[in-house]
Amino acid sequence: MTGQGELAEHEWVDDHAGPVVRPYAVTGGRARPVTGTFDLISLVTATRAEVGSESGLGPEHVAIVGLCQRIQSVAEIAAHLDLPVGTVRVLLGDLAARSLVQVREPRATPAGLPDDSVFEAVINGLRAL
Amino acid sequence: MDYGRSERPAGAAPLPTAIKILIAGGFGVGKTTLVGAVSETRPLRTEEVLTETGVGIDDLSGVEEKTTTTVAMDFGRITLSDDLVLYLFGTPGQDRFWFVWDELALGAIGAVVLADTRRLADCFPSIDYFEGRGTPFVVAVNCFEGAKQYRLDEVQGALDLDPDVPVVLCDARERESVKEVLITLLEYAMKLREERRRAAAD
Ligand SMILES: Nc1nc2c(ncn2[C@@H]2O[C@H](COP(=O)(O)OP(=O)(O)OP(=O)(O)O)[C@@H](O)[C@H]2O)c(=O)[nH]1
Ligand SMILES: [Mg+2]
Repeated sequence: MTGQGELAEHEWVDDHAGPVVRPYAVTGGRARPVTGTFDLISLVTATRAEVGSESGLGPEHVAIVGLCQRIQSVAEIAAHLDLPVGTVRVLLGDLAARSLVQVREPRATPAGLPDDSVFEAVINGLRAL
Repeated sequence: MDYGRSERPAGAAPLPTAIKILIAGGFGVGKTTLVGAVSETRPLRTEEVLTETGVGIDDLSGVEEKTTTTVAMDFGRITLSDDLVLYLFGTPGQDRFWFVWDELALGAIGAVVLADTRRLADCFPSIDYFEGRGTPFVVAVNCFEGAKQYRLDEVQGALDLDPDVPVVLCDARERESVKEVLITLLEYAMKLREERRRAAAD
């Protein structure tokens, strides 16, 4: 049963100001990234094995570079660091502006959806699972 | 930005393509269970923090109040191949979070609407939403024990669905069952695309 764990998480999230205030502190109060849009499923990979104490980078930036040694989506980064998606977008913007991460936005045709070959690949991939 | 001087190791594979499917339906209908049944890890949770500014009605001073609401979304990942990753997102249940749905639905290749026959009406808002947006969706009837068994065409009629919309049975706890639902959705989405292309060409 995961019920109790989930309940505890809900309580923590709503608990006073802590989790709401902290993300703001993490971004220095900024609500928007300096560059990029960062869809929930944009994939991110680090361009370096690690970053040192470059000026202007906080521990959360360093943590993202660490996480993104393996390819991660924006949603996964947010979940693993336990930060709201909006906060993670701002941090990713900082990293992208320094070329510390490479980002792939979801592939889409002008109509806004992936092409047919992607649909077929998903069907085949699911069958083979 | 200097794209020429990439610091990624030379010859590194290009990043995979990511796609998403939404899992919608009423409260407690099995969305998180379904996501967990096919994902490679247990469902992850991500949050959007929303800040709404409004004047409190009971507040005689008329001072602006900022309320923050956290909307949680469950999601899972299925790595289908080296260059294809599928994400399943459970939609937040509350109707007042439509704008989160809009963000989720943008670029989604389709949606699964989970239905419980004991409270079919719970999935009306999801169906209305996807119909309105033109997002391809299938209805998956989650078979809870003790629920009266309905024929799928009865469910189709009760939901007042376009007869082309697939209605299937599923057990959200079973990986094979969920795989089938997802494949049904993808095949239907491809068929719809083909039809829309043809209609546009006429
Ligand atoms: N018998 C049966 N039980 C199920 C099935 N799917 C889910 N359940 C159970 O139903 C309960 C609710 O499932 P969840 O996956 O948490 O539902 P949900 O839609 O994510 O719920 P909310 O996020 O709270 O709206 C859990 O106790 C599940 O174990 C099913 O196919 N059959
Ligand atoms: Mg859930």
